[in-house]
Amino acid sequence: MYRYDEYDHAFVAERVAQFRDQVKRRLAGEITEDEFKPLRLQNGLYLQLHAYMLRIAIPYGTLSSKQMRTLAHIARRYDRGYGHFTTRQNLQFNWIKLEDAPDALADLAKAEMHAIQTSGNCIRNTTADHWAGVAIDEIEDPRIWCEIIRQWSTVHPEFSFLPRKFKIAVTGSPNDRAAVRVHDIGLRMLRDENGEPGFEVIVGGGLGRTPMIGKTIRPFLPKQHLLSYLEAILRVYNRYGRRDNIYKARIKILVHEIGAEEMRRQVEEEWEGLRDGALDLPADVVAGIGRHFAPPRYQPQPTIATETERLRFENRDFALWLRSNVVAHRQPGHAIVNLSLKPEGGPPGDASAAQMDAVADLADAYSCGEIRVTHEQNLVLPHVAVADLPAVWRGLTLIGFATPNLGLVSDIIACPGLDYCALANARAIPVAQRISQHFADLARQHDIGELKIKISGCINACGHHHVGHIGILGVDKNGTEFYQITLGGHAGDDVSLGSILGPAVPADQVVEAIDSLVRTYLAVRQDGERFLDTYRRVGNTPFKERLYATA
Amino acid sequence: MPLLKGGALIDDPWQRLADDTALPADGAVIVSFARWRAEREVLLARSAPLGVLLKNTDPVDALAPDIARLQLIALEFPKFSDGRAYSQARLLRERYRFGGELRATGHVLPDQLHHMRRCGFDAFEVAKGDPVTAWRRAVHTFSAVYQPTGDGRAPVSALRRRLLAAAAD
Repeated sequence: MYRYDEYDHAFVAERVAQFRDQVKRRLAGEITEDEFKPLRLQNGLYLQLHAYMLRIAIPYGTLSSKQMRTLAHIARRYDRGYGHFTTRQNLQFNWIKLEDAPDALADLAKAEMHAIQTSGNCIRNTTADHWAGVAIDEIEDPRIWCEIIRQWSTVHPEFSFLPRKFKIAVTGSPNDRAAVRVHDIGLRMLRDENGEPGFEVIVGGGLGRTPMIGKTIRPFLPKQHLLSYLEAILRVYNRYGRRDNIYKARIKILVHEIGAEEMRRQVEEEWEGLRDGALDLPADVVAGIGRHFAPPRYQPQPTIATETERLRFENRDFALWLRSNVVAHRQPGHAIVNLSLKPEGGPPGDASAAQMDAVADLADAYSCGEIRVTHEQNLVLPHVAVADLPAVWRGLTLIGFATPNLGLVSDIIACPGLDYCALANARAIPVAQRISQHFADLARQHDIGELKIKISGCINACGHHHVGHIGILGVDKNGTEFYQITLGGHAGDDVSLGSILGPAVPADQVVEAIDSLVRTYLAVRQDGERFLDTYRRVGNTPFKERLYATA
Repeated sequence: MPLLKGGALIDDPWQRLADDTALPADGAVIVSFARWRAEREVLLARSAPLGVLLKNTDPVDALAPDIARLQLIALEFPKFSDGRAYSQARLLRERYRFGGELRATGHVLPDQLHHMRRCGFDAFEVAKGDPVTAWRRAVHTFSAVYQPTGDGRAPVSALRRRLLAAAAD
């Protein structure tokens, strides 16, 4: 894991002091709310429906047990005892007081954390594959590059007042688990003909009200040029991105309007003036960052974990959990354990302070002190010995994080929606809770198989509904909540945007509608087909006919 | 408006010339980019200092051939949240090697001086507050920076390399 050195420590402490002074001047009326807004936003502080919300950066979704305990402490001390993990691998606290925010940030700084640039029109937290460093299909650990990007983008003097927010995602595997094609910049690691790793550079993807799939503007970028190339893209965007209309200000609109080829030309031209300069990444600098992400010292493991095998045969719940929540690890005798923050009927992504502490304890005992946050609002213990799986499962069961539903119909992504968010048109969390309750039968969920439902409470699409196998979008019709359904979205390598099925359905019919879609799938699926496969084969029609015939 | 330069407030020795005002025989003047384009020869023929004010949509590369003959370039922030001039500033300093006064004008807020300074601005028409205190804050807030820019500060990555090299000696 990355550890701060004296420079990082000093910088974050200075940032806290700076914000403390800004808050003081705001409370004294020396700066207007309009002028204060970008300052607080770039420190992660939003004004929401009921209170300030503090969004804490979890760079590329990696946390130490100590950091998790700090988050628990913040939840208890400054909030109402719980937090909410987001689709950008961050954590949000929804009940923060403005005058407490500098103290909360100071506590975070002690644990090498911050809330810098988790909001505002700047470069946001860089996201990555949540199985980084342990996935068996990985070329290189993407977190090395994310950390390099994090440092370069931190209080970047040129790019702190961009036309709009800017999100970068990196995947180190050919199998994209970071949704790189729906980010402002997606970086996908691959090898050139000599076997050298580098990046495919994808620009202009995004969700929101105008969903677009990113375009590849450079099929292969050697690693040492990463920052100069990013700086070239950001400079073109900063100068020419639209600023006349907030809804057309993301880079995807610029790419769409001038075309991918012209975008590529402008970026390459700008890059000619930047490459091989001060942003060049010497191998020793990369290696210096890379050492932080060296694999932990794994203990030797027996070839057969007897107790794990025994329990698998004796306990159906454990076996189910192994099947859906535990995946293969690069190190023999180890496994990646996915924690479900989607208990039956619970709000997706919520964790209490007690649950955070318990996860930290489990990480210390069984996962080399390391935890990951996924963009699907779950957590991961990345380094668990197969022999320890029964103990980990028991520990997770006690805190309600062992629901064996990863990737299944109740593993729902939902934005905070109208329960918290000032932008929302409709509630999202209660819809997720009702769908989750309806499909509570785990055997049925496993029979249905992989099915990703994603819910957004408004067109800004924080719940990623465009890339849900089933996407649900809350809309407001004359003061009443309705939900528009899309089918066939997907965020992996074979990315696709969902298409609208038909008229939006009223709130009290959403569960029935989802049930109808699932039944249609079960009726027409062929052997081995997931929901997405069936949909891609048969299209909207059978789903539409059945849904709107019964509605 | 008082001008912040070198950490102090000074009287602005420059005159901002409207496009329809006759060109005075001497005295330092700042003209618009449009006027610069229209009257370039006449303007360069004067012996007094010359400055050009660019809108943030004006092309900075158009000044490149004459960059050494300009003593001042002013860049405009129509709103504090419109950050295009930061890129213009870096291009002028780092690509076109502009060595004169680079002035920030418009909606210049005290909390943005740090960013402006790092991008190469060295004179500021600060709209409000106490500019001298703001300047001190901008200079001293961060003891380290993460990006190489034209301001010459060694970024953290370079400082780390130096430490490693010193340890290896």
